[in-house]
Amino acid sequence: MKIGAPRERLEGEARVALTPQSAAQLKKLGYDVVMEAGAGERARFGDDTYREAGVEVLDGAEALYAAADIVLKVRAPEGDELELLREGQTLISFIWPAQNEALLETLKGKGVNAIAMDMVPRISRAQKMDALSSMANIAGYRAVIEAGNNFGRFFTGQITAAGKVPPAKVLVVGAGVAGLAATGTSVSLGAITYAFDVRPEVAEQIESMGAEFVYLDFEESSQDSAATGGYAAPSSPEFREKQLEKFRELAPDIDIVITTALIPGRPAPKLWTEDMVKMMKPGSVVVDLAAERGGNCDLTVPDEKIVTDNDVTIIGYTDFPSRMATQSSTLYSTNLRHMLDDLTPEKDGTPVMNMEDDVIRGATVVNAGEITFPPPPPKTQAIAKAPPKKKELTVEEKAAAEVAAFKRQTRNQVTLIAVGAALLLGVGLVAPASFMQHFIVFVLAVFVGFQVIWNVSHSLHTPLMAVTNAISSIIILGALMQIGSGSFLVILLASLSVFMTGINIFGGFMVTRRMLAMFQKS
Amino acid sequence: MEFGFTTAAYVVAAVLFILSLGGLSGQESAKRAVWYGIAGMALAVFATLIGPGAGLWLLSLVLLAAGGAIGVYVAQKVEMTGMPQLVAAMHSLVGLAAVFVGFNAHFELGRVLAMDPAARAGLHGFAELLADKTTVEVNILRVELFLGVFIGAVTFTGSVVAYGKLAGKLTSAATKLPGGHMLNLGAAIVSLLCLIWYFNSGGFFPLFLMTLAALFIGYHLIMGIGGADMPVVVSMLNSYSGWAAAAIGFSLGNDLLIVVGALVGSSGAILSYIMCKAMNRHFVSVILGGFGGASGPAAAIEGEQIAIDADGVAEALDEADSVIIIPGYGMAVAQAQHGVSELTRKLRAAGKEVRFAIHPVAGRLPGHMNVLLAEAKVPYDIVLEMDEINADFPSTDVAIVIGSNDIVNPAAQEDPNSPIAGMPVLEVWKAKKVFVSKRGQGTGYSGIENPLFYKENTRMFYGDAKASVDALLQKLG
Repeated sequence: MKIGAPRERLEGEARVALTPQSAAQLKKLGYDVVMEAGAGERARFGDDTYREAGVEVLDGAEALYAAADIVLKVRAPEGDELELLREGQTLISFIWPAQNEALLETLKGKGVNAIAMDMVPRISRAQKMDALSSMANIAGYRAVIEAGNNFGRFFTGQITAAGKVPPAKVLVVGAGVAGLAATGTSVSLGAITYAFDVRPEVAEQIESMGAEFVYLDFEESSQDSAATGGYAAPSSPEFREKQLEKFRELAPDIDIVITTALIPGRPAPKLWTEDMVKMMKPGSVVVDLAAERGGNCDLTVPDEKIVTDNDVTIIGYTDFPSRMATQSSTLYSTNLRHMLDDLTPEKDGTPVMNMEDDVIRGATVVNAGEITFPPPPPKTQAIAKAPPKKKELTVEEKAAAEVAAFKRQTRNQVTLIAVGAALLLGVGLVAPASFMQHFIVFVLAVFVGFQVIWNVSHSLHTPLMAVTNAISSIIILGALMQIGSGSFLVILLASLSVFMTGINIFGGFMVTRRMLAMFQKS
Repeated sequence: MEFGFTTAAYVVAAVLFILSLGGLSGQESAKRAVWYGIAGMALAVFATLIGPGAGLWLLSLVLLAAGGAIGVYVAQKVEMTGMPQLVAAMHSLVGLAAVFVGFNAHFELGRVLAMDPAARAGLHGFAELLADKTTVEVNILRVELFLGVFIGAVTFTGSVVAYGKLAGKLTSAATKLPGGHMLNLGAAIVSLLCLIWYFNSGGFFPLFLMTLAALFIGYHLIMGIGGADMPVVVSMLNSYSGWAAAAIGFSLGNDLLIVVGALVGSSGAILSYIMCKAMNRHFVSVILGGFGGASGPAAAIEGEQIAIDADGVAEALDEADSVIIIPGYGMAVAQAQHGVSELTRKLRAAGKEVRFAIHPVAGRLPGHMNVLLAEAKVPYDIVLEMDEINADFPSTDVAIVIGSNDIVNPAAQEDPNSPIAGMPVLEVWKAKKVFVSKRGQGTGYSGIENPLFYKENTRMFYGDAKASVDALLQKLG
């Protein structure tokens, strides 16, 4: 089977679906690899590097489509590219089937099998083929870089001989992969970074990146993203209002806003309204990563950078990954390579469309003349459902609980002491004095034992057991006292006892010492 | 020597023993504490040898030395992983000694009571002590020695069975003879009847009959307890051996025996209690064996166990900043602690934060894992208890579970119908990635499924723990 990657036709698309490195790895899976001449040029992969990797370089798209059985692309095919596809070919690329029904029909009509890299289900096993995440990661990073490029100040605060520079304040809206990547980049550049998301459980992830999570004081709308496969779901109007209110509060202070909020299969929610832009200081920057889907900011113009009247720059580029074509091509082609890895279990250069496999089933949108989109829900849940959180106790309730616990404890102790004393008195009434003498010693010893052992640290329980074992051979005293008196039988039994306890004394203490000697500080 | 001197020596010895137990509260003071224990024991033996009632010095010392030599040999030879068995085996010796001493007390009592007053005056040693007793005291003495023999006998067979189970010589599953607890109850009733009989007749036969019944109880009781509960059992037998010593102490009128017996008895009891609490089990249900109290079927587990090889684990470890290792009995069985220690050293050298999370009941003895890790020279300040580390799992990159199962079972928190529901567990599944080193797909000692293995962030690293860790070490370079 031949795998081929054509040059991307779309203006401004610099990425390529195959790098020389992944082409070499595909050859190991038993495939032959062909490339269209000049396909990798804009991602800085020359034709010669492909040839060195054993790839056949063909002139022109026609030759490539004619030769390849499997076509790897970045963007979905458009216009005359569609004409070149032929029956029995397999196409692997971004397809966006929900928005591109006409494309699916065309592919079906031509008898082409299509695998959509954007439909790879979000389960752990499929992470290595999750092209959306790898592209979003780049977009998030690049968004911060673009913002910095258009922002006239340092990110980090500095106190220099030439004066004090305040740190930039960055707000990241939406903490998906892109949002988290942007957060991390911004934090590492030294900006004070805030991040917001409608899913409260990502607060932890945001804080782990070193940013501050913007909390919304809103009760019922906290979303559990487990139900939506890890993505955000649309929020209620009340929640949206509250959210916008919070953003209005923040807007005057924020220097850089990076919005990444997307809801699967819907236009991007408007979260950064015109009045917020007006509130921002001159020189501030808004980077809208959702521009392709209409943008999170009211003023965003897709694919363009605009400057508003109050001197706020709004960046609506939709090609962030393409702006880092070398990096994104490397990651994307690795994603593709993993996908082909899964498609070729025998490593014999023949793909197997195993429709029982969650990942392959999910990503396949056209197969054997049938449109197979949308896929059934995957068998494995992406994320376990979050358990309902326990209600926090108020200070008063805590105090009341403590008092109640103290009272209960006191009552228990008093009862125990009273019962114990009564029992002792009862025994004292009938038992002779000599017995009572011993008995008092016994009770006190039990008491001391209880008190002492509570403090023994957990890690020393095994040595404790060994030491008490050694000490319990105190029974030797009994044997020693008896060995000198009485009959042969008594002497024999006593001797045996002395012998056995001897083993125990020495063995027990030795073992304990051996154990303790091993404990050492780092 | 004067009687007063012996008593004084006993007081000092008792104080030393108390300090010895109390000193175990910290790793450093523990090293001193053992010497207190040794000094206390030496003083006690010495004081008894020169005190009233002792005789046949030479024989005693020779026997003690012979026993000691064996003890030292065994203690030096034993592997750290064999520690639980050794402790159990040693308990059986104490139990048997208690039985013998109890028998002796009986024989002596019989001999003394048969004498006429004139002959009694000529007695010395232990017999002299007995001769002074009044009728009431003699009766109490009988009860005491009866109790001592009873507990001693239960300890003896119980410890032998526990040894067998821990050493893998007996099946670790809970097995009962037909009749179950009724047999135990029957044996206990027989013992009680023997007590009344013995109390009235003073003959040897009821004592002997009771001993047989007690031996049976010890055997059958421990056979009926599963391997997972052995830590509690060992500690409970430890407690029993103490009570036996205390009971014998009463019958011999020896205060030191009483004090130390009571110390050991109560400490063992508390240890058992602490462990039962850690497993959220009732002491009684542990002793009676098997799990109880589950209502309704356990939740079914969905998903699949996903395997991973050493390369995958090594790659993840390379990327991780923080690692928590959760060792369990599997590590002990495979003797993997040295490999784990080496792994820790390598990861720490690479600047990663490595810590150990120890569940209170990990292994077959309380603190079992600590001892093994200490043997492999893992510094103890990175070995943390469950409560200290449980909150840190969400911020941890990689959690490695090596041969533990039930103590990391999320069902304890998530499934109210699970047999271990409510038992505190290590929340490893909250870590970003979890690797489980395990021999196969079987269940843990409690025999229940572990949903952890089916979680999305869990990968199963199948194979013997030692082989797995060694393979991993090579990949880490």
